[in-house]
Amino acid sequence: MVDNVVRYYLGYVQIHHKGFWDDRTLENSFEPEAVPASLKSEMAMAPRLESFALASSGEVTRGVLVAGIDPVKEDEMTGLKGRLTAGQYLSMEDTAVLLAEGLGQLLNLGVGDTLIMVSQGYQGRNAAGAYPIKGLVKFGSPELNKQLVLLPLLLARDFYGTGERLTSLAVNLPGREALPEALKILNTELPKDEFEVMGYKQLMPELIEAQELDTAGAMLILWVLYLLIGFGLFGTILMMTRERTYEFGVLTAIGTRHQTLMGMLWSEAMMIGIAGAIAGILVSLPIVWYLHTYPIQLTGNMAKAYENYGMEPVVKSAFELWIFVKQAIVIFIISTVLTVYPLWYIWRLKPVEAMRE
Amino acid sequence: MSVIVAKHLTKIYNPKTVPVNALRGVDLTIEKGEFTAIVGPSGSGKTTLLNIIGGLDKPSDGSIRVDNEDITQLSDNELIDFRQKKIGFVFQSYNLIPVLTVEENTEFVMLLQKRPKAEREKRVAELLDSVGLSDKKTKRPNQLSGGQQQRVAVARALAPKPAFILADEPTANLDSASASNLLDIMEKLNREEGVTFVFSTHDQRVIDRARRVVTLVDGAIGSDEIRGN
Repeated sequence: MVDNVVRYYLGYVQIHHKGFWDDRTLENSFEPEAVPASLKSEMAMAPRLESFALASSGEVTRGVLVAGIDPVKEDEMTGLKGRLTAGQYLSMEDTAVLLAEGLGQLLNLGVGDTLIMVSQGYQGRNAAGAYPIKGLVKFGSPELNKQLVLLPLLLARDFYGTGERLTSLAVNLPGREALPEALKILNTELPKDEFEVMGYKQLMPELIEAQELDTAGAMLILWVLYLLIGFGLFGTILMMTRERTYEFGVLTAIGTRHQTLMGMLWSEAMMIGIAGAIAGILVSLPIVWYLHTYPIQLTGNMAKAYENYGMEPVVKSAFELWIFVKQAIVIFIISTVLTVYPLWYIWRLKPVEAMRE
Repeated sequence: MSVIVAKHLTKIYNPKTVPVNALRGVDLTIEKGEFTAIVGPSGSGKTTLLNIIGGLDKPSDGSIRVDNEDITQLSDNELIDFRQKKIGFVFQSYNLIPVLTVEENTEFVMLLQKRPKAEREKRVAELLDSVGLSDKKTKRPNQLSGGQQQRVAVARALAPKPAFILADEPTANLDSASASNLLDIMEKLNREEGVTFVFSTHDQRVIDRARRVVTLVDGAIGSDEIRGN
């Protein structure tokens, strides 16, 4: 969920002029030269100039989020080009815009139409322009989908009169695991009195809270499942032990050490666990793959709740090898823990008593 | 040469709650090569005596030496090893391992003893030949009759060349023909190879063949008859 939102637009880390996030005006923009060249070469960054404007078409006017972007770098980071639903993608030299699909519907505009925007530029300048729409893009986040206008960076600078300035640099990372190291480097190399470096958790705290709540709910369900699996396994292992008490008694009587029997029982329990894990993986694999490829589209109030958090109202399963491996390890640990009582039972087994059963 | 020497064996169950005197000072010596039946009514202490002789249970008092070793002084693991090497058990309900074949069941104790494969194979072949089951070596217990299963149990008991065989009601679940056949085999092993057998039994067919009959009455030896045959 978080990865989706991050990859759609936000990025894992953003660099701003100090104070920008609390007061998002062009006065809090910065000169890109102030960012050390070593950082720019070390990390892939997508430059952005973001502000607001009033967009108009006929009798309809709406407040929009305007983002000046480097089309090539933005596509590398967010896969923007892949979300094009009509028209063509931007190039840096274009004097046209990309419109979010939902906004296009609200303004009743399509490819080839002209978008009129009015805003306040840098240091109080008037910003006004009429731009042809080169393409429509669809965003997973409903909030972005109904308010985003994308301009080539050069055109946005011209519109707002900011010169070379930027409002943010979105840092492209391979995944969230690379975040701590990236934050460490950026916080060390960027002057603290001039820049603020924000990770995605700071950029979208509401979403992180929602995710934590969602994760807590999922964990609860997971633990209930572990409990059910545990009872099932324990019942099987216990029955397997108690039913063979007589047999174990005989084996001990004829010279089998308790340790040998305990090893045998543990191996059997492990085999049950492993067989269960393999069967579970084989059964779930196509289902998980299907839900990964064809996510469940939420509707009604549930969809609205997702949209309120700025998330696409879909439930998409993660298709990652590590998740399967992790669950197999958990089952292995459960199986091991559950054999403690049966192993203790065998340890104290007396052949005479066992053969009386 | 004495294989078993029991002195003043006493066994009291539930000594602190409702004491039950299962054995009351039993003195018994079994010599090598004997073919002995321990008989007596239910509750007379036969199984308790056999369990103590076999190192499966410990006496409340008295001592028991098996093959010149005081087994009351052994730890649980030492007792298990002792039983594995010195005693062969034949149980009333055969107690073969159902998933193993006849030859695997026979080989089982030797596997525990980590004997070399060649030695195991040779011994299994000899034993199955002596109990007349060479042609059934690949069968599993559920493919055999009760008498055949008990013969496998005898072969298994003999495999590690124990000091003696303890057989608890070995013919109780067998029809007359199978019981007679089993007793023929055991008598032959006793006479020709000098294997010592100690039975606990109610079965008159076994008692009739025994060369010594020890009768237990209320946990004590009531009579000890040595026959000439």
